[in-house]
This record gives sequence, structure tokens and C-alpha cells, in this order.
Amino acid sequence: MIRPDAELLLDINDLHASVEAQPILNGVNLQVRAGEIHAVMGRNGSGKSTLSKVLAGHPAYRVTGGSVRYRGSDLLELEPEERSRLGVFLGFQYPVEIPGVSNLEFLRVSSNARRQQQGLEELDTFDFDDHVRERLSVVQMDPAFLERSVNEGFSGGEKKRNEILQMALLNPVVSILDETDSGLDIDALRIVAGGVNQLATPENATLLITHYQRLLDEITPDYVHVMAAGRILRTGGRELALELEKTGYDWVDEEVASTGQGVA
Amino acid sequence: MTSVSTRDLVSQPYKYGFVTDIETEKIAKGLSEDVVRLISSKKEEPQFLLDFRLRAYKHWLTLEEPDWAALGYSAIDYQDIIYYAAPRQQEKKASLDEVDPKLLETFDKLGIPLSEQKRLSNVAVDAVFDSVSIATTYREKLAEHGVIFCSISEAVKEYPELVERYIGTVVPSNDNYFAALNSAVFSDGSFVFIPKGVECPMELSTYFRINSGDTGQFERTLIVAEEGASVSYLEGCTAPMFDTNQLHAAVVELVALDDASIKYSTVQNWYAGDENGVGGIYNFVTKRGQCRGARSRISWTQVETGSAITWKYPSCVLQGADSVGEFYSVALTNNCQQADTGTKMIHLGARTRSTIVSKGISAGRSSNSYRGLVQIAPGAKGARNYSQCDSMLIGDEAAANTYPYIRSQQPQAAIEHEASTCRISEDQLFYLQSRGIGFEEAVSMMVSGFCRDVFNQLPMEFAAEADKLLALKLEGSVG
Ligand SMILES: Nc1ncnc2c1ncn2[C@@H]1O[C@H](COP(=O)(O)OP(=O)(O)OP(=O)(O)O)[C@@H](O)[C@H]1O
Ligand SMILES: [Mg+2]
Repeated sequence: MIRPDAELLLDINDLHASVEAQPILNGVNLQVRAGEIHAVMGRNGSGKSTLSKVLAGHPAYRVTGGSVRYRGSDLLELEPEERSRLGVFLGFQYPVEIPGVSNLEFLRVSSNARRQQQGLEELDTFDFDDHVRERLSVVQMDPAFLERSVNEGFSGGEKKRNEILQMALLNPVVSILDETDSGLDIDALRIVAGGVNQLATPENATLLITHYQRLLDEITPDYVHVMAAGRILRTGGRELALELEKTGYDWVDEEVASTGQGVA
Repeated sequence: MTSVSTRDLVSQPYKYGFVTDIETEKIAKGLSEDVVRLISSKKEEPQFLLDFRLRAYKHWLTLEEPDWAALGYSAIDYQDIIYYAAPRQQEKKASLDEVDPKLLETFDKLGIPLSEQKRLSNVAVDAVFDSVSIATTYREKLAEHGVIFCSISEAVKEYPELVERYIGTVVPSNDNYFAALNSAVFSDGSFVFIPKGVECPMELSTYFRINSGDTGQFERTLIVAEEGASVSYLEGCTAPMFDTNQLHAAVVELVALDDASIKYSTVQNWYAGDENGVGGIYNFVTKRGQCRGARSRISWTQVETGSAITWKYPSCVLQGADSVGEFYSVALTNNCQQADTGTKMIHLGARTRSTIVSKGISAGRSSNSYRGLVQIAPGAKGARNYSQCDSMLIGDEAAANTYPYIRSQQPQAAIEHEASTCRISEDQLFYLQSRGIGFEEAVSMMVSGFCRDVFNQLPMEFAAEADKLLALKLEGSVG
């Protein structure tokens, strides 16, 4: 839902970032307002996950230029945990396994950290148990997953559902979902997409990183961006995704070559 | 790993590092036959014990300090150590009201309140300060059940025949270099005796505190559980911060008769030295339990977090048929700490079983070795052992080693060994952080998850403590 007067949640200006002296982001510009759903597409290796990790504060990526403002303040100043507590959520493309740490306990600590920031009461084990069971319905997940270690031995699709469960618990303001659709079977895709739609409100915003129109059939984006060589090359409405589906990314190479920017 | 965040693990200031200012009676530095006699006469010991000490001393003179462990430290000058130091107070007081308030305050500060009003309701405590036991709580209540819990010095006076019957029967005075030294000069420690058929009605616990700077601590603990008896015992320890190293060479002997069970837990938090490895306790300990009777059970659980150097292998001699030995260990090293620890399971009796679960965590520039021996004698038909040794590395300068030795003379024995090493990865930490969990809490969540199997073995009151202790040890680990 586009409302020009809605709060500017995320304001990315000419963002540059490198990993081990290798530039990956080469001047990203993106504005996200409350109520909006953005889709970010682009070839493998174009920098989509890098953008999401820089926004979440991954220590391996060094910001070499530009700025990111989140609700008016400097996002890049903050530790990753502070970003999360303030409502920035990253659903990982490859969620890691954390053996020995119980999923339920992890979810509780994480959700309480966010609640504390919001001035809400922290939930004890009993109250949290009720709360999490209610939230499980958003992704139709089996409560048995709560008893296991975080992501350990989860199938690809189960890991992705666990990410959306976390999103449902953390009640984020800006959610960046990095290829949450890949690895999901057809039914799971509908369930997860349904969950994301259910969580979208006029107060929050979602950034969907995806390769497939399939997801965008379920979640209607307000904007579609195409990334190439570490920049956003083109922005359009939902029709841009449909066009990509037909034409592929060949035109992107030409455009990148003509602007002489980066190496695709 | 590229980030600075998982590097440069700096230890949290040690919160037990204070020194109690109290008048102490010390003997002159150095070790000789006269010193051994002096210690024995100060403690008004019977002849058998003096003879025991002198035999040990003479044997010690013939031994060389062991150097097979994966440890590096500069030579210890045994003539530069004080072998006896005691707070100046004539007799052990019958009532706590007469104990020097400074001592009570010290134990209060350590979280071990001894006074009637404040003491733990379900744990009896023997408090040992430098070389002597200053108080033992709940003695009378335990005595109603026939349980003896007192300092070993008192036991020598009040129950000499029991001490004579059991001392040195599990760890002979000539067992090894440090055991011989301990046998010659040991000052105090705890004595526990659980008579036939009695289940000890509360947890027993000894708290060791080294206070003097140049004193060695040589405590001796003896626990005997008669037929069908059972007891759970916990040992805790701390020391002030000095920039010199102090020697701690303890001996612990456990005896379990038919159907008896002894659970011995340790939370070791001696001063570990500073982040550059200056100061700290040298912890050279011989702990051994003997499952003498059929169906007896001895279980060691240890959480080792302190000391500059740890050399310690709590062991079980499984003599009685169907007896069971267990070893659950968490050893955490940080900064420049070195630990070489593990266990020995000696299977002598038929159908004896042992379980070893060891979790080593190394951070900073520390090194952490597991060394374990599983030995199956020809007579141990149907013996079984299961060992699991896991190492966790934090940062990229820490080291972990595993030395499992298996000697089986019993072809039918079932021996299973599993080992793993993992490193806390930057991506795992980032995952937790990106969910609002701070770096240190993320590390400690992963560490306590890693240790869960062992913490589950600790008495309930102490499991949470152990968890907190590890978190504290790793605090300040953000570079
Ligand atoms: N930690 C890293 N070390 C080295 N190279 C990296 C690192 N992270 C990203 N890169 C490189 O940066 C480029 C962009 O990677 P990124 O993961 O952002 O791509 P992506 O657009 O998400 O691709 P995909 O669609 O395949 O997920 C790739 O060439 C990748 O190899
Ligand atoms: Mg990606």
C-alpha cells in the first residue's frame, strides 16, 4: 500500500560495502515507507543477500560509503542486536544450525529482548509457551519443532518456516526476507506467503528478496527492484517482475556495461 | 573469522580476588622431615598418621615431578612454599558465635553463609580457610542419622580407627609425585562417613578458600559409604588474586562398599591468573574413587573454570561386580589458562560399566586437553564403557586436544568412543545477535547448550550456579 505521507522507515543512500577489500555493494539507493511491500530481484551474485546482511549488521561486511537511516536515525551505528530490538528483522537465505540451544528458549530470549525495547512485559516460560503456540498457527508449524535445537536437522523448508515464526514473534517494523520462498513446496509457499500477508500492516514494511514470480502471485509488491552489480538498476511496479519472467536478465548486462559500473 | 568480535577474549575481573586481613600463624618456608613432624605435632596426631606422613615424604624425595601432561610452566620451587598456615584461633570453635567474624564475613562474601540464620537449608557446609577447617554446619543433625561430616583433623582425633582403616587405601602415599607430597604435608580437608543403609539426608559441601599469598594448600578428603549408603557431596573453591603462582595439591579418596553410591561434584573456580598469564593457582589434584563393593556406584561431576594450570584426572576403580563409574566434566579455559584433565576408568570386576562425558571449551590463547584411560582387566567379563569427548573452540587462538587411551585385556568388552570438535562460528553468533541477543549472551547460550549433558548431572542448587559461572568467565569477551 503506497501512501506518500507514510513514515519513511528505511532510507538507503548511495550505500557501498565490501568484504575483505572486495567491493560488493556499489551505491544502493532505496526508500521504504510504512505499509509498503518491496520485491528485490536480480541475478545470483548481484548483491541481494549482501544488502540484507549489511542492513542487519553482519560483521564480515564493511560499509565503505553512503548511509542508512532507520526511522530517522543512523542504522549503521547500531549493533546487530540493537537493530533487531528496534524492529529490523532479517529472514536468512541460509539459516544456521545452533546445536545445543533449545529453539523454544532461543525464541523466548529473542522475543523478550524485543518486548523489553518496546516497553512490554517480558514473558516467563509459561506465558511464553502459550504465546508461541498461538503464533505457530501463522506458519502452521508443528510444536515439536520447539523442543529441538535451533534449526538443527531441520529440512530446508522447515528452517524457512522457523524464520517466519520468529518474524511473527518479534513483530518487526521492517522485515527483510531473503529468499524465504526457495526450498518451500507449493503448499508451504502458500502457508508462508499467507503468514507474511497476515503480518503486514500499514505500520510496517516488507522487503522480499526473491527469484520467482510465484511468490509475488501470493504477496503483491508495491515496488519491484532489480539489482545488478551491487546497485539497484531499475525500479518499477509489479509489472516489472512479470516482464523479467518473460525476458530474463540479458538486458541487465547491457545496461551495466553501458554505465560502466562494477563487474557483474 | 574476520571480525574482531570473537577475538581478544578478555577475562572478566575475578570477583573473589580479595584478601582477608586476618592474623595468621604460619610456619617457616620450606620442606624437610622436621616440617612434616611439625605439622603432625601441631595437629596432635596419633603415631600412625605421623608414620604415614614420613613414609610419604621419604618416597617423595625419590620421585621426579611428572612432565607427561600437555602443560608448560616454570619449575616450582618446593622450598619457597609455606606448608602450614592457619588463622590464629586456638581451637576449632564449638559454636559459630565464637568464630572470628572476619572469617564468617569472608565466607558470606563468597556466597557461602555459615551463620544459623543465613545458612543454606538443605546443604551442610565444611568451610576450610587456608590450612584449617573453621566451621562445619549441621553436624548434630547429621549425627542423628549416624552420618559423620567434619574436618579430617577432627576425624583423626575423634574417629582415628576409621581414618586409619581407609586413608591411603585408594590413593596410596606413593601413588604419584603430588599425592606423595600431599600425604606428607596435608593440613585439612573433609571427612564423610555414611553408615550402612543410610541415605544422607542433605547435600554435603566443602568450600576451600586459599587466603595467604605464599602458602600451598594440600587438602585431603576422605568419603566412605558403607553397604547400601548414599551421599551427594559438592566441593567449591576460590582464592585471592596474587601475581605469584600458588600450589594446590589435593588428594580425594572415595570408598563405596556393596550397593553404596557416592556422587562427587566440583565447581572449581581458583584464581586463574590475569589475561597475560601472570599469577594463578597451580591445581595438581589426585582424585580417585574405589567401587569396592558389588553394585556400587561412583559418579564424578566437575566444572573446572579456574586455575592457571589444572592437572586432574578423577578416576574410578571398578572392583565390585556390576559396579558403575561415571565422569561428567566441563572444563573451560580462557586467556592463558592450561588444563590437562580427564579420567581413568579401571574395570576389574565383572559387568562393570563406565560412562565418560567430557566437554572442553577453550577461549583466548588457552589450551585444553582431555586425557582419559579406559582399562579393562582380564577378569572384567562383560565390561562396558561409553566415552564422549567434545571440544568447543572460541576464537582462533585457542587449542583443544584429546588423548583417549584404551587398554583392554578382555576381548568381549564393549568400548565406544565418540569425539567432536566445533568452533563457535561468526555466522552462528550473528544469527543469535540478529535476533536481539547480545554477543556475550549469545556466546554463553551456545556454551551452556554445549554443556547441558553435564550440568544436568549437578545437584539442582548448583546447576544454575555453574551456568552463571561460565557466563561470567566468558564475559568481557567482546574485542
Ligand atoms: N563473505 C563473503 N566473502 C567473499 N565473497 C562474498 C561474501 N559475501 C558475498 N560475497 C560475494 O558477493 C557477491 C554477492 O553475493 P550475494 O550473496 O549478496 O548475492 P545474491 O544476490 O544474494 O545471490 P543469490 O541470488 O545467489 O543469493 C557474490 O559474488 C559473492 O560471492
Ligand atoms: Mg542471496
